Amino acid sequence: MRVVIAEDSVLLREGLTRLLTEAGHEVAAVAGDGEGFLRAVAEHTPDVVVVDVRMPPTFTDEGLRAALVVRDRWPKIGVLVLSQWVEERYATELISGRPHGVGYLLKDRVADVAEFLDALTRVADGGSALDPEVVAQLLARSRHPLGELTPREREVLALMAEGRSNAAIAETLVVGGGAVEKHINNIFTKLGLAPGDRDHRRVLAVLRYLGT
Amino acid sequence: MFLLRDLVSARTWLAMTQHLSGLLLGFVAIFIVAFGLGLGFGGLFFALAGLPLLGVTVRLAHWFARAERARFALFTGARIPAWPAPGSPGRAGFRSGIIPRWRTWREGATWAELGYALLRLPVSAVAATLSIMTWAAAIILLLLPAYGPAMPSGGPTIGDTVVHGAHDLAASVLLGLLLLLVAPQLTRGLAVADGTLAHRLLGPRRDLAARVIELETSRERVVDAAEAERRRIERDLHDGAQQRLVALAMELGRAKARFADDLDAARDLVDQAHVQAKEALTELRNLVRGVHPPVLTDRGLDAALSGLAALCPVPVDVHVDVPVRPKSSVEAVAYFMVAEALTNVAKHSRASHAKVVVEGRGYPGTLTVMISDDGIGGADITGAGLSGLADRVSGVDGRMSVESPSGGPTIIAAELPCG
Repeated sequence: MRVVIAEDSVLLREGLTRLLTEAGHEVAAVAGDGEGFLRAVAEHTPDVVVVDVRMPPTFTDEGLRAALVVRDRWPKIGVLVLSQWVEERYATELISGRPHGVGYLLKDRVADVAEFLDALTRVADGGSALDPEVVAQLLARSRHPLGELTPREREVLALMAEGRSNAAIAETLVVGGGAVEKHINNIFTKLGLAPGDRDHRRVLAVLRYLGT
Repeated sequence: MFLLRDLVSARTWLAMTQHLSGLLLGFVAIFIVAFGLGLGFGGLFFALAGLPLLGVTVRLAHWFARAERARFALFTGARIPAWPAPGSPGRAGFRSGIIPRWRTWREGATWAELGYALLRLPVSAVAATLSIMTWAAAIILLLLPAYGPAMPSGGPTIGDTVVHGAHDLAASVLLGLLLLLVAPQLTRGLAVADGTLAHRLLGPRRDLAARVIELETSRERVVDAAEAERRRIERDLHDGAQQRLVALAMELGRAKARFADDLDAARDLVDQAHVQAKEALTELRNLVRGVHPPVLTDRGLDAALSGLAALCPVPVDVHVDVPVRPKSSVEAVAYFMVAEALTNVAKHSRASHAKVVVEGRGYPGTLTVMISDDGIGGADITGAGLSGLADRVSGVDGRMSVESPSGGPTIIAAELPCG
């Protein structure tokens, strides 16, 4: 995959570049601020971009706004936003509008290289990757009643919201694929969501549900 | 007994000095101010020539007021808080240092100080006359037996009757004694009354004075709270992330030493170091969240409270209805309040459910913050956490109440003015 990175900390920029190169991806460009990043994206049209939320000059949500621009202008490019801390509100802003091909993870997650690369691939392929902490916040702030769900079903819902596939959920919870399928059907019935959607379209239904 | 002691006590004679010196100063003050105002206002009719004179008069009246505050402190020990000087922040001043601004004449302080300068003489005159007359009468009556019989008429005459004979003299001495005991009290009482009058005119209004005291204490408490907060952060960093980083460095050091001979052990150590590093990150993140999360500045309270709700092991309902964002200091206090309260819920309450309600009313209006839980109650209001909260709330002029009967439920509520 061809990647463009926007990250103002030199240390992390170098680290990410090395990590991605070692994994066999091509880092087309790196940028240290929002504007430079957008220019680099326009020039290289990568498969996926990795953006830090806090960047100069304001050090608030520069990166997030740049990511929203990419999402709107280049729908084919996957957008993975990294941050020192994650907030449900930023996630909602990110997944509203065009909620596929986006990811939002804590920077810490880079430490688990395999999982991070998996999330990046997922985002590049049009899937989604949300940090478990964001999902916890979404669940905590959900305006819909989640009380009817069993604890297991809540776990499955959380993993689904993170953007994981059925197979990945089955692996995480150490159950069979059939059991996961059954839980998911139950969740959809209890929450009153239209059944039948598969994989990441289904994930988006869940995210929309939680985010509104 | 104290009645006798007061005859010679310093306070009595300082009060007397107060009256007499007031008489003297009052004479000078009324002369200057009356002439200053009279000529000044009169001069206004002649091409504004009176303006500088009025400016000087206002200045002099202020200086006189300052001198009087010092005099009261010296003679009666009463501390009268000062108005700010004309021209300093809080009071209108002069153009070119001498022409009073229009606003000067609409200020209570200006007229209070001018009025005080004019009143000094009559007030001191009354006080001094009454005091001296009482003392004099006491001494005259008391000593009557010594000089009365030597008078040509055989004694002083009141109307047609002459005061003489043992009976009359005894009555005179008794009355003299009585007056002698009353005189110090009267002298001091008049000084106190004088002080009250001066306080009225020269000191800020009573509600203002109370507010000053309130602000002084709350400022102190806010400074203390900030200091305590810094210590807490230092401690958290020291006990948490810093220790973890030390452990991490150690683990990596051991792994480095093992790589040559025992690759499996080295791999295990690197795994452990990896875990340590991630935990240190989590701890730092949570610490920052408790201090001031960036999202609070970027997106406001509603967005910021999501993080706290998710962090709390007890399920939390959050309702935020704030149509207009309050100023950032108020937002920060509200956020800190919820953070502290939810920490308590998690640590002590044994609650199964908590609720956070934040509502803004009016503009700028007030922000109401309420955190309740269904736990065991009995929260310690004097504990560092809650009293620190109260200090923070008072720092933005808010009011906080804690209801936590043993057996529960606990309700912490605060009203924070946003203006």
